[in-house]
Amino acid sequence: MSDAQTRIDDMVKKNDIVLFMKGTALFPQCGFSSRAIAILDRLGATYETVDVLQDPEIRTGIKDYSDWPTIPQLYVRGEFVGGSDIMMEMFESGELQQLLGAEA
Amino acid sequence: MPMAASEIEQMIKAAIPDAEVTVRDLAGDGDHYAARVVSRSFAGMSRIKQHQAVYAALGGRVGGELHALQLETAVPNTETTSE
Repeated sequence: MSDAQTRIDDMVKKNDIVLFMKGTALFPQCGFSSRAIAILDRLGATYETVDVLQDPEIRTGIKDYSDWPTIPQLYVRGEFVGGSDIMMEMFESGELQQLLGAEA
Repeated sequence: MPMAASEIEQMIKAAIPDAEVTVRDLAGDGDHYAARVVSRSFAGMSRIKQHQAVYAALGGRVGGELHALQLETAVPNTETTSE
């Protein structure tokens, strides 16, 4: 694994819920990231975020890590869950509540 | 370079022949799209795999020249006979 892949792997495994996004939870820099944050906040989830705009290696590396071309990307307990569209679908169906609720 | 909605639809259909594809231009700027793709080939695949199949069909353009593609995938509802 390259250095970036190792760093990403660490972040994914170290945090129960981690969102790779553009910007921060307070100031998302993209509509899709903003939507992902809105969903997590709505569910009252406790999560970490990684701002890929601050780190070009992570920004490129995360796409290889998950074989997923877009950001944001949500990981729960080490597993890639999806981007903002999948988060929205899972939120609407109640699956995301279940997945995150297993935290509490 | 923005992509035309018809181009998105054609690329998806080329890779997933039975796909029923609906593309909407969200902002009217040829750069923000929403696509709904319904295909039997998605049966038994996770959501992640279904989306990855569509991204693969678009040949690496998603996240690059195609910045904003809201994506929804589904397996056809077998209980309806209209399709």
